[in-house]
Amino acid sequence: MTLLNIFADPHISINHYIAVSAMLFTIGVFGVLFRRNAITIFMCIELMLNSVNLLLVAFSTYHHDNSGQVFVFFIMAVAAAEVAVGLAILVTIFRNLHTIDIDELKNLKN
Amino acid sequence: MRALTYTSFLGIACLVLEIFNLRKIVVPVVVLALLAILGINFTEWNGSSVSFYNDMLRADNFALAFTGLLIVTAAGLVAMSGSFYDAEETKLADYISVIVFTLCGGIALVSFSNMAMLFIGLEVLSISLYILAGSKRRDIRSNEAAMKYFLMGSFASGILLFGITLVYGATGSFNLVQIGVYASEGNVDPIFTVGVIMILIAMLFKVSAVPFHFWAPDVYEGSPTLTTAMMATLSKVAAMAAFYRLFSVSFVNNFSGFAWILSVVAALTMLVGNLTALNQDSFKRMLAFSGVAHAGYMLLAIMSLYQNSANALFFYTVAYTFASLGAFAIGISVMKRRKSEKIEAFNGLGKSNPFQAVALTIFMLSMAGIPPLAGFFAKYYVFFEAIKTQHLAVVIVAVITSAISVYYYFKLILAMWTRDSEEGEAAAGGAISYVAIAAICLVVTLALGVLPSLVPSISQMAGR
Repeated sequence: MTLLNIFADPHISINHYIAVSAMLFTIGVFGVLFRRNAITIFMCIELMLNSVNLLLVAFSTYHHDNSGQVFVFFIMAVAAAEVAVGLAILVTIFRNLHTIDIDELKNLKN
Repeated sequence: MRALTYTSFLGIACLVLEIFNLRKIVVPVVVLALLAILGINFTEWNGSSVSFYNDMLRADNFALAFTGLLIVTAAGLVAMSGSFYDAEETKLADYISVIVFTLCGGIALVSFSNMAMLFIGLEVLSISLYILAGSKRRDIRSNEAAMKYFLMGSFASGILLFGITLVYGATGSFNLVQIGVYASEGNVDPIFTVGVIMILIAMLFKVSAVPFHFWAPDVYEGSPTLTTAMMATLSKVAAMAAFYRLFSVSFVNNFSGFAWILSVVAALTMLVGNLTALNQDSFKRMLAFSGVAHAGYMLLAIMSLYQNSANALFFYTVAYTFASLGAFAIGISVMKRRKSEKIEAFNGLGKSNPFQAVALTIFMLSMAGIPPLAGFFAKYYVFFEAIKTQHLAVVIVAVITSAISVYYYFKLILAMWTRDSEEGEAAAGGAISYVAIAAICLVVTLALGVLPSLVPSISQMAGR
């Protein structure tokens, strides 16, 4: 059972969850790499984390093991703390530069 | 692992001291408390590798030794923060408590035995550092460093989490030992391999190894210098130890497939780090690239997973930590007096302040690996482990690049001893705390060079 032949499978199996999560994760990664607006980048990072959450819950049910679902709560709590700090940094940048375009951040290059 | 509990309480206690308006005593109280925690930490030494909190943490000698190193580093940083933040006294307790919380993250990172603690430790460490990197609110360079560090750090955590999830999907457990058991049965699921590679990428991001090192120089340059010192010592050592722990317990059985990736990464890291450091004229940027290069040398120890390579890694991190903490102590003191971060700021230090110049010279020589200093034995042990595991080609690259590194360390040494300062200023000594920290680091660097056996053996390995 590889990732590629899941489309031939009429029942929803664990591989479908893996495929959806991998797609969401990839969308997040490309958003972080190619978007220039800091808020959009934050949202893409959240997308990456939420694809992980989805996959963890799917695996947790698949293995009949609760620890995967507990891990999701860890990720949610930490992501909230992380984004709080990130938004605070963004506010200080906006106060100093009046923009949140990360291409404007180039004071540190030689 | 009582050190972790007590350190968390210490961080909260800092904030309480601020409420009761005891700001004046917060630095000495925290330094003494950290030294007490250091003592408590070593009472568990050579215990029977007890596991805590349902096998979330494991207090083996590896964890205790690195915890001790991190506590000493944090105590040094806290001791310096009193004079470093003298312009913003009202925020001192906040800064110190964030430093202590960073230490908590570091302790969780070196003693985890469950993927959940790896993630929590890494995030506590990183989030505290994002705050400290951006702590000069009105300075656009500090804002920028914080933003870059935040974006790179949370991107890497996302990759790490996806890797952990895939490994969980294949093994059904977050416990390192159980993952190791699954991996040793052979016939692993492809998603397990993909997961391990993603974890590997995230860890390389955190230790700033070469394809993923581009954030380090900018972040090091923009952050307040004390925070830069913290990233170069505390955070790098904790991430490196976590890297080693993860791979030595869980992935050691199918490691041969990853060893060649790591050897290419290590060789590139040493080459790029040392070659780019050659033409830097900022002290902080030069140390940033030198830190990238040192990450490459430490990767040699991870690459040659062996009973003894934990010892080699620990010795290397001790030598590197004390040399760079001391260099930053003197660097902060000089850059604050001359108000410049260029290497020219160190001109004439040999005449105006001989002790600081001698100490900085010795730290630079130790980092370059000149005998008989700690850095020489550090490199010797790491190279020896790599040769034992047939990584001769990488060791040759390592030897050549450490010869190259002598050049840029000497650039700083020559600036101190042979050039004269343009401003004929009085030889102000700088705050006593910087000089004291530098003196302690100097003693350790010299002592470990003469008696390298002072560093305890930590061969009782995690979970095995």
